[in-house]
This record gives sequence, C-alpha cells and structure tokens, in this order.
Amino acid sequence: MSRHRWELAVEMLIEWVIRLCGISAIIFVFGIFYFVFREGAGLLFSGRFSLAQFFTNIEWYPTSQSHVRYGGLALIVGTFSVTVLAMVIAVPFGLCAAIFVSEFCGPRLRETLKIIIELLAAIPSVVWGFVGLTLMNSVIISLFDTPIGLNVLNGGIILALMSVPIIVSIGEDALKAVPDTYREAALALGATRWQMVYRVLLPAAKNGLLAAVLLGVGRAVGETMAVLMATGHSVRIPTSALDPVRTLTATIAAELGESSVGSDHYQVLFIVGILLFSITFVVNLSADLIVRGIRGKA
Amino acid sequence: MQCEMARNNCQMKNALLAISLFLMVLMVGGCGSSRYHASGRTVIQNIGSDTMVNLAQAWAEEYAMVQPAVSVEVSGGGSGTGVAALLNGTADIANCSRRMEPDEIARVKAATGQEPTLHIVGYDALAIFVRKDNPLEEITMEQLAAIYGEKGRIRSWSDLGIQMAGCRNNEMILVSRQSNSGTYFYFREAILGNTGDFRLGTLDLHGSKDVVELVSRTPCAIGYSGMGYATSHVKMIRIAHKPGEPTYAPTVENTQAGTYPISRPLYMYTVGEPTDAVKKYLDWVQAEAGQMLVRTSGYVPRNKETGMIESSRNGGKGADIE
Repeated sequence: MSRHRWELAVEMLIEWVIRLCGISAIIFVFGIFYFVFREGAGLLFSGRFSLAQFFTNIEWYPTSQSHVRYGGLALIVGTFSVTVLAMVIAVPFGLCAAIFVSEFCGPRLRETLKIIIELLAAIPSVVWGFVGLTLMNSVIISLFDTPIGLNVLNGGIILALMSVPIIVSIGEDALKAVPDTYREAALALGATRWQMVYRVLLPAAKNGLLAAVLLGVGRAVGETMAVLMATGHSVRIPTSALDPVRTLTATIAAELGESSVGSDHYQVLFIVGILLFSITFVVNLSADLIVRGIRGKA
Repeated sequence: MQCEMARNNCQMKNALLAISLFLMVLMVGGCGSSRYHASGRTVIQNIGSDTMVNLAQAWAEEYAMVQPAVSVEVSGGGSGTGVAALLNGTADIANCSRRMEPDEIARVKAATGQEPTLHIVGYDALAIFVRKDNPLEEITMEQLAAIYGEKGRIRSWSDLGIQMAGCRNNEMILVSRQSNSGTYFYFREAILGNTGDFRLGTLDLHGSKDVVELVSRTPCAIGYSGMGYATSHVKMIRIAHKPGEPTYAPTVENTQAGTYPISRPLYMYTVGEPTDAVKKYLDWVQAEAGQMLVRTSGYVPRNKETGMIESSRNGGKGADIE
C-alpha cells in the first residue's frame, strides 16, 4: 500500500517536472522578448530616434562624431536579399535531395548520404564564414569578373549550404511519415515512381515539407557569423547579386560587443533585435496559418 | 521524432535567436567572477581591446613562467567591453586601443569612486594594405581622406593614376572595420578628423586579420589594419603627411620616431593607482621583457632601446624581473 502511494508521488513529481519543462519554453521566450524590448524601448520612445528614418534611410552611421544616423533600410534589404537567394538555391536542392534519399536510392547509399549530410550540418558557422571569405571570394571574383567576391551571391550560397542539411533531414522524415499503403496503392494503380512522388507523396507530406522549408528560412534569417564574413558587411542597397550587403543579424553581432551598455547605439541594436523578433514572428504566424489552412481543406 | 521537432521549429528558432541576443548582452554586461586568491593563486582579470588581445595573451603566458603564483586571464571583446568590465569590477586591467571617452571616465569615477589610471604599454601603427601586385607605392594623408571620406572624390584606382590588373573597371574596393572597433575610431580620427565619416559601402570586416586576408585575395581592394598583421601576400604603402613631403614606411623606427603618420599608443587602464600583483604585472609589461613581446607580436615597443637591441638581449629576457 505504502509502496503504491510512493510510486504515485514519484509519478506526480515527474509529471510536474515534465510540465515545467514544457512551459519553460514559453517563459523563456516571453522573458527574453521582455528583456530585448526593455533594452530597446528607452530609445524607441525617447524622440531621439525616428522609426521613419530607420525604415526609409540607408545611412547607418551609429558612431559618427558629427551626425549620428540610424538608417536601417539597407540592413533590412540586405537580410531579405540574402535570405531569398539562399532559399531560391536551397529549397529545390534540399527537397529534391530529400525525395531522392527517401524514395529513389538504395539502402546503402541512403545511409552514406545521411551521414554525410549530417556532417554538413555539423560544420560550425564560423568555418562556413571563413570558406566564404577566402575560397568563395576568389572563386566568385574569377568566375564573374567582379571587383569583390563578398556579396549577396556568396552569402546566399553559404546560407543555402547551411540550410540544405536541415531541409533534407526534416523533409526526408516528412516523406517517410507517409504510410506505405499510399505508395502501394499508387503503384497498384499503375503510376510510375515519379508519378507516385509527384501526385501522392508530395501532397500527403505537404505540412512536413513546409516545416522543413521554414526551418531552413529560419536558419537563413537568423544566421550571423557566416553572413557577417561572406556578405562583405557593407551598408548599401544591392542592385545585383554581385553587390556586397549587410544584414541585421551581422550588424548586431559586429557592433554590440563594442558599444557601451545603455548608450543610444546599444539601444538601437536592441531595436534591430526587436525587428528580427517581429520578422520571425510574422514568418511563424503565417506559416502556422498556412499549415492550418491546408489541414482545414484536407 | 524529428518530424515533430520540425513543427516546433519556429518557436525553436525564436528561442535560439533570443538566447543568442541574451548571451551577447551577458557578455557585454560581463558576468565573470574575478577577484584575487582563487585557489591560492592570484588571478588578474585582463579584458578589452581585440587589437591587443594577442599581445595581452602573449604577456600573460610569458608572465606565468616568470611569476607562477600569478595567473593573468585575458579576454577580448573590444575596448568598450574592457571599460565596461573595469567599471563593474570584473576586470582588474582594461586593455584599450584608444583613450577612454570623458563619459567613460566619469562612469568609472561614479562606479568606483576613483579615477582610471592610464598606462602606455606600446604602440600600434596602422598600415595601408593593398595586394602585393598593386603598383601603388606611396600615398598622402589627403588622398586617403579622399578615398575613405564620406564626400571623398577618389572612387577608382584610375583616380590615383593606377591600372590594376585583374580588377574590373579599376573599381576601388574599400575595406574597413565594424563601426565601433578601436581601429575604426582611430583610423577615422587620424584620416578624416574629428567630424568626418566614412563613405557608405565600405566592407566593414570583423577583425584585423580578416582585413589583410581579404585584401590579399582581392585585386581591387585597399584596406587598413595593424601593421603586425602583415603577411607576405600584401603590400604596405608608404605614407606622406602632405603632398611633396617625404613618405614613411610603417616600421618600428618610424613609429617610435613619430614620423609615421598613422600610429597610436596602446593603453592599459586600472582603477586608481595599481597595487600589489597588478602593479608588478604592469611594471613587468612596461619593462624590457614585456616590451620584447610587443615587438615580437608585431607592434612597436614604448622604449626606444628595446626596439633597437632586440636581437642581442633575446637570451636574457625576463632576467631582470623582481
């Protein structure tokens, strides 16, 4: 009897620990959001900072002695251009690779491929950045005959290489999660392998594949060190993929370390952080709505 | 399982982003535990300038052999980080590649009740780097201002009368540093004056080494960095104060003589006058043994003599330590 009660108590305890772990994510996210917002809010409402200037001006001179300007437009455009290019490269690549690994290749090749792809995911972003700075810079200069190889293209390729492993492994899991009965039914109806993939598997795995893509987008938007090194970190509006740019994340990483705590510059960097928060929030929310929409129809 | 993870990816990403921001702030705020007598050894916390971090590390390692009872812990993060650590008490010595700002001094005074004390521990000469095959040999300070300044007129190598092979349109690629590194501040002050700003569109790299690395691989590029970072793939340009005046190469001799135009002192700051172990360490750094390491790290020592007689004293370094 007492043993039974003891077991019950342990079970309660474990349940509570698990519950705490579960809601801790909420606490952390809100706590961090509050913290970031608090650090940035002082300047945001102080009158020394103009949101209009931040969103429409490209002049980013946070440490000027004569005329401080916080124009964030170039940084926003930079983040979007690099992310979009990275996704244009990574999404088809990653999804095709996922389909190949999941549906078309033999078991031995699959295991080898998965190990290598996971290895690709394990490379630290500083190493990617270094590859961008040294190897890719020279390659792009000689291939495209441009004055500088640190640009949107370089950053986009590096980010694509970083997000492909995520898209592949999540995408492959999503395809694997489609019941085999679907495949058997398709093949029994006389579909070819490609028709089966195209007509049956892709629609069935839509949610998982979307999640894979969004995880890739998240990786690309949030990546810091690699883009800092590979994009050239140059404040300007790019007119082509061969122009250097600067991203929001790289700006925070490069400048927060040396700005004195509590200064206007420090607070502006937190406003940039709030902006990044908002971007990911909007991406997540719309993704959630899309997924829900798909579910609703199905 | 991973598939379920995927659904949560957005939240995960949010949290990751936030955590990284959070950590960055922690680093700025400085939460290390310093103070003396950790496990019987005296620990000196030495935080600050990235320009000086390799040098500070070299000092710390050498000093561990001279004074095994004292351990000097070095970390970088930037001159501003060092000052912040000094005023919240996590650093005993702050490395600064610039002088403290008046408001920083005021904040140190407010936080600790004492004036920060400045110690010159060596010199840094900023060199202008181009790729080795660039025909440019010398440049004036005015030309540098016209290249880097917000309203400067020099936009391409042709404006300097140079035809650079392998560089399309002769376009000039300006390599700079992130807008709050000590090197950036110093170069801006030296070249563009107190009120000048850099041109938009410079490539603002995140390290002294990266600048040299990029210049060595980019035919069109020109950049500035500490002369200690020179490699065999780049060339350092001789500089004249004014057109028609003699040009000076970034060398130890020219820096000590004060003729090389872009050189600056490197500082260590303490709160009040240093005492005990910190004072001994600073004395050692400024004495011959410490200054020898300044020279071997690619910087310029503060005492004239050390610079001149470096090779003959190599065997006896550290011999005159108290």
